[in-house]
Amino acid sequence: MPLGPNDTPYPSPQPSPARGEGALPAIAAEPRKTFVSTGRSVRRSSGLHTLYISPLKALAVDIARNLETPVAEMGLPIKVETRTGDTPVSRRQRQRRYPPDILLTTPEQLALLLASDDAPFLFSSLKRIVLDELHALVTSKRGDLLSLGLARLWTIAPQARAIGLSATVAEPEQLARFLVPQPGGASVSADVVTAGGAAPPVVEMLDTRERLPWSGHSARHALPEVYELIKRNKTTLVFVNTRSQAEMLFQDLWRMNDDGLAIALHHGSLDVAQRRKVEDAMAAGKLRGVVCTSSLDLGVDWGDVDLVINIGAPKGSSRLMQRIGRANHRFDEASRAVLVPANRFEVLECAVAIDAIAENAQDTPPLRLGALDVLAQHVLGCACGKPFLSDELYDEVRTAAPYASLSRTDFDDVVDFVATGGYALKTYERFARIKQDKQGRWRVTNPKVRQSYRLNVGTIVEETMLKVRLVRSRAGGHGSTGAIARGGRMLGEIEEVFIEGLVPGDTFVFGGEVVRYEALVEDQVYVSRANDKDAKVPSYMGGKFPLSTYLAERVRRLLDNSRAWKALPDQVHDWLSLQRKFSRVPAVRELLVETFPRGGSHYLVCYPFEGRLAHQTLGMLLTRRLERARARPLGFVANEYALAVWGVGDLSFMIRTGKLDLNALFDPDMLGDDLEAWLAESALMKRTFRNCAIISGLIARRFTDEEKSRRQVLFSTDLIYDVLRKHQADHVLLRAARSDAATGLLDLRRLSDMLSRIYGRITHKDLDHVSPLAVPALLEIGRESVYGEASDELLAEAAEELVREATT
Amino acid sequence: MADVGFVADFSGALFWEEQSLLVVSDLHLEKGSSFASRGVLLPPYDTVATLSRLAAVIARHDPRQVIALGDSFHDREAHARLSDGDREALAALQMRRNWIWIAGNHDPALPSSLGGVVATEVAIGPIVFRHEPTGAAGEIAGHLHPKARVPTRGRSIERRCFASDGERAVMPAFGAYTGGLSIRDAAFARIFGSPGFMAHVLGDNRVHAFAASRCY
Repeated sequence: MPLGPNDTPYPSPQPSPARGEGALPAIAAEPRKTFVSTGRSVRRSSGLHTLYISPLKALAVDIARNLETPVAEMGLPIKVETRTGDTPVSRRQRQRRYPPDILLTTPEQLALLLASDDAPFLFSSLKRIVLDELHALVTSKRGDLLSLGLARLWTIAPQARAIGLSATVAEPEQLARFLVPQPGGASVSADVVTAGGAAPPVVEMLDTRERLPWSGHSARHALPEVYELIKRNKTTLVFVNTRSQAEMLFQDLWRMNDDGLAIALHHGSLDVAQRRKVEDAMAAGKLRGVVCTSSLDLGVDWGDVDLVINIGAPKGSSRLMQRIGRANHRFDEASRAVLVPANRFEVLECAVAIDAIAENAQDTPPLRLGALDVLAQHVLGCACGKPFLSDELYDEVRTAAPYASLSRTDFDDVVDFVATGGYALKTYERFARIKQDKQGRWRVTNPKVRQSYRLNVGTIVEETMLKVRLVRSRAGGHGSTGAIARGGRMLGEIEEVFIEGLVPGDTFVFGGEVVRYEALVEDQVYVSRANDKDAKVPSYMGGKFPLSTYLAERVRRLLDNSRAWKALPDQVHDWLSLQRKFSRVPAVRELLVETFPRGGSHYLVCYPFEGRLAHQTLGMLLTRRLERARARPLGFVANEYALAVWGVGDLSFMIRTGKLDLNALFDPDMLGDDLEAWLAESALMKRTFRNCAIISGLIARRFTDEEKSRRQVLFSTDLIYDVLRKHQADHVLLRAARSDAATGLLDLRRLSDMLSRIYGRITHKDLDHVSPLAVPALLEIGRESVYGEASDELLAEAAEELVREATT
Repeated sequence: MADVGFVADFSGALFWEEQSLLVVSDLHLEKGSSFASRGVLLPPYDTVATLSRLAAVIARHDPRQVIALGDSFHDREAHARLSDGDREALAALQMRRNWIWIAGNHDPALPSSLGGVVATEVAIGPIVFRHEPTGAAGEIAGHLHPKARVPTRGRSIERRCFASDGERAVMPAFGAYTGGLSIRDAAFARIFGSPGFMAHVLGDNRVHAFAASRCY
């Protein structure tokens, strides 16, 4: 029996042989699980037998390496190969003609293999499909793409069985549906195999000697203590939630690094070569600490990590368990982790996360409904392979769990979109990308379509990234227009949206140092070294992932149970007691709304605990309503727990005199017309639409050389959004974007659930001044960008400011 | 400009009241179908969207003359792809008006069946209208699609704009599918010589003026 590097006996998951369906072993430890599954799945050697799919190509390569050794040692006649974006063309061609016994690959590569004529030859002998880190795949559009690929495989190789592997799943039964063909109507699941016996992790919260900050995410107060922990352990992984936090923390740790400990930085926008260097040093055991982001949540086991530190909010219990699992891969020993909350609210979040981990309570999001833009990509892929009949493909697609309830209308609209754009105005018949032959089978009309599909396959739409280069500051500094030296050392890449918010002369932290933004020339951002200790632009853009609904619920329950406060640090206990004295601590089901005057403005603060994204959307909609009620709102700021709106109108007075009805203000009907009006303008909605336009293949992101030589290949999707919204509001791409908005950047579903939960349960506190609970939110004003879409007023204000400057 | 008073309309059109002349630039009609013929199936509603915005600004000023300042059609065959409805809408706008198509690099030749007259440039008093800017004094041109990013409280806003130093001007593109070129691009420095020109930025219902050096 093939085993891993150390000899700990490993409990083998036993798929139930009786039904022969797929199986989902939910295993609590990471290391050798894949061995067991793939190792025992191979029995003979003729054609492709086992397909292994992982979300990370590095993981596929790692597993392949670990499989090859025992296969070679035992002299088994088994050929193991990987296929990723890095695989040379010659080997890819050979793999098609002479497939290995075991192929390790990614969902995108599977889609590419399926979109070819020889897919039936390649896959007809398939027996086993192993899906690794399945929980990480199924919650995204990549999972949709994978599910459609599985549906194809079940048609080509009905004998194939799928096995899913996951260490963190909230509802294994739901995930298990993903692994077997859905029969239409009813729902079937694979068997669930749970491997137990792993030692529970030891997790504690840092009980800081310092004063706990009211707000902010840097956890600077606790850095000496974090440094001590790194010093006392062999190798420590320090997780933070965002790239910019990683930058700041790394810089701060270096400043206090009197012992010269080898501490490195690792995040997704660093140069690849630099990341590889860090990974190699880590694997060689040369590093004492690595500051990293979710870029290391999953994946390759490198080095001997003995402690995980999580700085800031855990966001979700499964996410945190995944991170903690990075420490100590010996199955029978406990992983150790320390949580470092950066502010008082985060203490509450850490406390409930520790309880959740002790109960092994998972909170991965539920299975998604399959997205229509991904389906469009798949339909085009199918047409690139063998021609298909609509009826047959419709039936096949519905065997994929995320698409089990897909309506025929949606399916036909998607096919129409792939063919001619799906427009009510039928003018593109002659430009069709796919056409039906006499038997009604859809096929690609020309080889360029196939080529473009191959170049653009996949569902990960990256932000437009700009290259950051370090140059010398030009003379004159701010506002100067002199030429800057080109070239310069490449520091890494940064999101275009972030740079768009900067003015030349602004400073920010990048690559572990404070730099000054000099200029943007094409796709290059030129920065110079700034001598400032602190960056002017904090660039905390918020975590990508909001606080999970599950942890939010637990935080609300903790607040409501004052006896449980005793377990919290004294500072937090006192803070909550003060809140109870001066205002009120919100009960589990209610929404607390506080109003108070402060510095000439009037504030309204509420505490929905639904995460920043949902709060931002709520803020947009509330300010619209307050404007209509003549409360003259000026702005709002949202964090993970609260939303604060301020304005000119005396909100307390308006509520007292009945001019403003809170129940009406928070009425769920705001998700009707107000939302519609806002969506027309919303930059977030436009970004959501852009993703759909790219994934569906309306707009290409990668081009053939011939296309590149022609200018004007790029096209702004914002312009398409505006025109389409006005002239065909029910277009399939707008439908796809709307359904993304429910869970994505606007988090509408969560907002809608919250509004129904609190309806009729609003408690208003009319206060003379700011409450203890409101302080953190108010402190974020000025530090966070103030949201508002009234761009014309902002333009007018900026223009007037200039006039004042010029005339005084 | 050159002692002539122009109204910069927030739609991106320019109005010369004494002459009852409305100027629009870079309509790029049928850009959608032009992309579609190359396999990018953009929504086929750009022409109707552009023409209805043009109809609105014409209704606001009711000009006797209209100049379309070049690149009115996205490619040489674009005029032939106009739908019957769009053709009629265009004819209705031209009715009882002097209509001048200036030739652009995208549409160097236009058939007479489109109505109006075709010219490479037009001079009225001290002002010359041509498609590609040369930097000459008294010139109003298009071609470059100027846009400006304005820093405001909390974030920056990017919009199309007029670029002018009082001697010459470059008009924003009017078409629904037209992108833009930042006024900090070297192309504008070549025309205006120095960054001492203004960006008249298109707002939702008015135009806001900024020194170009303050935009980026």
